[in-house]
Amino acid sequence: MISSIVFVVLLGAASWLFGRNILRIRRNILLGRDVAINDRKSERWAVMTRVALGQSKMMVRPIVGVLHIIVYAGFVIINIEVLEILIDGILGTHRVLSFMGGFYDFLIGSFECLALGVLLACVVFLIRREGLRVKRFWMKEMTGWPRSDASIILFTEIALMMAFLLMNAADFALQGMGQDHYITAGAFPISSVLAGLFDFHAIQPSSLILIERICWWFHIIGILAFLNYLVVSKHLHILLAFPNVWYSSLKPKTELANMERVTGEVKSMLDPAIAPPVASARKVEGVEMPERFGAKDVFDLNWKQLMDAMTCTECGRCSSVCPANLTGKLLSPRKIMMDTRDRLEEVGKVIDAKGKWEDDGKGLGSRITDEELWACTTCNACTEACPVNIDPVGIITDMRRYLVMEESKMPGSLTTMSTNMENNGAPWAFAQSDRLKWTE
Amino acid sequence: MSEQVHVPTIAEFTARGETPEVLFWVGCAGSFDDRAKKITKAFVRILNAAKVKFAVLGQEESCSGDPARRAGNEFLFQMQALNNITVLNGYGVKRIVTACPHCFNTLKNEYPALGGSYEVMHHTQFINALMKEGRIKVEGGSFAGKRITFHDPCYLGRGNGEYEAPREVLLKLDAALIELKRSKQNGLCCGAGGAQMFKEAEPGNKEVNIERSEEALAASPNIIAAGCPFCNTMLTDGVKHFNMEGDVQVMDVAELVANAADL
Repeated sequence: MISSIVFVVLLGAASWLFGRNILRIRRNILLGRDVAINDRKSERWAVMTRVALGQSKMMVRPIVGVLHIIVYAGFVIINIEVLEILIDGILGTHRVLSFMGGFYDFLIGSFECLALGVLLACVVFLIRREGLRVKRFWMKEMTGWPRSDASIILFTEIALMMAFLLMNAADFALQGMGQDHYITAGAFPISSVLAGLFDFHAIQPSSLILIERICWWFHIIGILAFLNYLVVSKHLHILLAFPNVWYSSLKPKTELANMERVTGEVKSMLDPAIAPPVASARKVEGVEMPERFGAKDVFDLNWKQLMDAMTCTECGRCSSVCPANLTGKLLSPRKIMMDTRDRLEEVGKVIDAKGKWEDDGKGLGSRITDEELWACTTCNACTEACPVNIDPVGIITDMRRYLVMEESKMPGSLTTMSTNMENNGAPWAFAQSDRLKWTE
Repeated sequence: MSEQVHVPTIAEFTARGETPEVLFWVGCAGSFDDRAKKITKAFVRILNAAKVKFAVLGQEESCSGDPARRAGNEFLFQMQALNNITVLNGYGVKRIVTACPHCFNTLKNEYPALGGSYEVMHHTQFINALMKEGRIKVEGGSFAGKRITFHDPCYLGRGNGEYEAPREVLLKLDAALIELKRSKQNGLCCGAGGAQMFKEAEPGNKEVNIERSEEALAASPNIIAAGCPFCNTMLTDGVKHFNMEGDVQVMDVAELVANAADL
């Protein structure tokens, strides 16, 4: 009875905290400019099925791809077990779903195999990160919190899987002893071996029950804690990957969206009879936000770009194929996404603390330098590589737009290029009247 | 290459009350850059050999605006685009072919939002179609058995999903087509895109074109084929950097076809 109450209280608190943080993330994402993305729905479902559900882009690197699919399948499927844990926890029952008989045995047996798979995959991932030191996990932006974040996730998953298997091993031994509460149910291909290995059959039933209970509580508290860890961690990708891929661009990668307001301005410059558009402002968290050309802060990006930032799990595949990064430039597309996310969270914290947005004098530029922005070749290797269809090039271009159109800041050679284009319709200083000289 | 070629302008066509089959968008590099001008001429030789009724805009052509847009200067891009669209729509242009993937991407994907919708082809797609229709024939010839590798331009390949057209053309030369380690979707940029062509690179430990040229040379090709005037420049410089210009040529797909067919 007491344990049921403790369980319900824990479950309620964890769910409330999780719900509150998810709503905050949603609010933060919606700080971005509005953009309508709801066309070509059947194509979007197909892309989501292939890329998010089917993890097609993870398989570009097959070994890691397969390991990741094991962890992913394990996460999704083993969580069916959580359903039983919830019912047992609330009602004080034990293995309440065991009435399913043979199918239950099959389920528990599969969970065990997957749990072992997840455990081994996470160990390999840890070795790759910390032992083999795969280069993209050791780039400049991967120090401090991002690196601990990755390790915490892997260690937690290993601990959760170990608790799950150990719990089953104790249960298996108790079932063999004919203990009342521990009805004979389930198949234990892995934990039966564990039970033998630790000689569980020689241990007092009371001690075994203690082991089983500790593991049970550790497993469920661990899951609830992990649920709440997601929302402050890069691990959020397990939830956001799906909507992020659904909403990702279906257009050719190198197509940049048209800036409608600029079209209005240019048309009025070319034809004085057309009135220039009126600059609109929108209200964000109680504050009038002027419409800017390009992106100075997260408010100037659209909500999909902010969702991209929140979805990034810092795998670094983008940076590992970026021509600028490969040749030692400061630019790392992953860092662009991490900086955007960190700035968004910084803004969110101000809103949480003050109830509305108060300008803190910072922006994306406080984290992302001009040098990084100007190193991009817009080759889209990063967007191609991203397993969840994140687009760093769009953010880079929007930040360049702000620098150029609002601050008139660009490398001198690009000023020359622009002047040439304005004066003679070519990026070089050749006259338009000489356009046919190549025929001579 | 000092031959005089006759290239009709679309104004001449219109004056005669005729419509060309296709408009050849030459682009700034193709008009002004000495290396790229050779590509332009090679493509014109192909068009003439295939008896394609084509025209150019000539002095009425202006930069597509691509480097301005990538550099963040949306005003300048849209000025260029709107002016070009006025000219193109004025002549009732329906089909465009260009030898520059950047012009290709901009005209094809970005002009429609500003009122300019055309069927736009990259010249490798156009040449491939001409070959399939039997309008030009290439018999093995000088490139048979030569090791040729194709460097995918980002704005043609990853950008617009066209990987096969240039390769199909190269295979018709009976060449031994070899793939680079990073090719197609995984192709490495030459370093010129995103307006980089017009500025110095940011500080680093290597130039992008050196990285790419090194990779291309490691495949020991006789010829590095390109499909973009900027890639061509970057790779030519890269090959020179390794003092390999005597052994390895960087050539556009159009030049290879024009030379093979002895046009």
